[in-house]
Amino acid sequence: MGKKHQTPLLDELKKGKWISFVREMERAAEKSERTEDLLGQVEESYRDKVNHWKHGGMAGVRGYGAGMVGRFSEYPDKYPGIKECHSMRIIPSAGFFYNSDFLRKLADISEKHAGGLLNFHGATGNIQILGMSQAEAEDVFQAVAELGFDLGGSGSDLRTPSCCAGQARCEFANYDTMKICRHLTEEYLDELHRPAFNYKFKFKFSGCSNDCVASAARSDLAFIGTWKDKIKINQDEVKNYAKKFNVQKYVLDKCPTKCMWFESENLVIDDENCVKCMHCINELPKALKPGDERGCSILIGAKAPLVTGPRMGMMLVPFYDVNEDAKNDYEWIKSLISNMWEFWDEYGVSRERIGELIGRVGLNTFLEGIGLEPIPEMVEHPRSNPFIKFTEDEEE
Amino acid sequence: MTDETKKKVEDKILGLVTEYVGKKRFKPIDIVKEMEKEFASEGLTKDDIKGALKDLMDEEKLVYGYAGGSFLTVPENK
Repeated sequence: MGKKHQTPLLDELKKGKWISFVREMERAAEKSERTEDLLGQVEESYRDKVNHWKHGGMAGVRGYGAGMVGRFSEYPDKYPGIKECHSMRIIPSAGFFYNSDFLRKLADISEKHAGGLLNFHGATGNIQILGMSQAEAEDVFQAVAELGFDLGGSGSDLRTPSCCAGQARCEFANYDTMKICRHLTEEYLDELHRPAFNYKFKFKFSGCSNDCVASAARSDLAFIGTWKDKIKINQDEVKNYAKKFNVQKYVLDKCPTKCMWFESENLVIDDENCVKCMHCINELPKALKPGDERGCSILIGAKAPLVTGPRMGMMLVPFYDVNEDAKNDYEWIKSLISNMWEFWDEYGVSRERIGELIGRVGLNTFLEGIGLEPIPEMVEHPRSNPFIKFTEDEEE
Repeated sequence: MTDETKKKVEDKILGLVTEYVGKKRFKPIDIVKEMEKEFASEGLTKDDIKGALKDLMDEEKLVYGYAGGSFLTVPENK
């Protein structure tokens, strides 16, 4: 069967050595006229260097103010299949674990009601079913709910929290990322489904500073695993690594604070100056391990470029004993989050992220508002000066 | 908050949003601030008002609309 729309530019994208989304869309288009039209419009977007979606408009399911993203084609007469091409966001399992039965059923739902296209965990962390009309939304939602899943966040609300695989798959995880992610998701379902905030708000949980879910750059409140005590060294394994490759060149010389060196054949680490970047542990996993006193650092205010440009998260809580707080159902962090939202609600303006609010009113005012004592470790990035000028008395 | 007061708050919120449909888009915080002023003498907390809003949503007397940002409105069929 011939193509409904010619797509010379998209065809170019199939020539590389990587898997191409174009090939997947073409496979879906064999069963769906809707996806055929989608290919045609995407081709036009590549040609014109601008997308041809009309953003916004109403798309949703009953009782929810969020969870669907409305998209309408700019050319409904030319591409009738995507006159409406909405996405439905679904909260993923913490750590992104699924069984094959669920994936098959979800694929069936997508083929039956949408264009057969699914997006697994883009920047939002959601599963997305792409390309449905408003008339089908309720059926899709019911089918997804029967699988035990719920809608994710969209608009000015709490966005779907996401976490790395944490202790389920990774030896570097300093805390149970999946547990806190799941707990806070369930705790704040109302905030997730009803867009009552000034703008979006995201949590992300990384088990260590490798930060596999990019929390430091992409979440308003980032939880990044760390430890307080010394890195554990197995000197025999260090020696084994030294026989295999140049540890001095590839590990010690690349340490950002140069806090490690060899004394005779033994590795010595000045832990006071370690910034927990994980480079040495990544390179020498059998020889080095994070310490035993584990928890996480909390960073605030990261965001992508929209409105006022990108921001990285800045240090808010250098060490949060998340493992201890877990025993109390995370009461401490929930109270802090509640204070932050209250302050943001009161003083934030429309479409202002919490990081931008802090930039506008100052960290001092923000800390006072949320009831957190300022400390010198509240810095924009490691080894920089604190935001707050402390008097000599306070330093002591 | 007594059931009677809660009913009064819900009616007030619903009346306000209905009156301004097509003229003004209320975010939840706008409603909370309005109601705090309106019921100042009765000592209502923000949580009380947010609770009343939540109930109105649950009963589908109010829904969210979207136009560059989310706002509260009445369902189209009402």
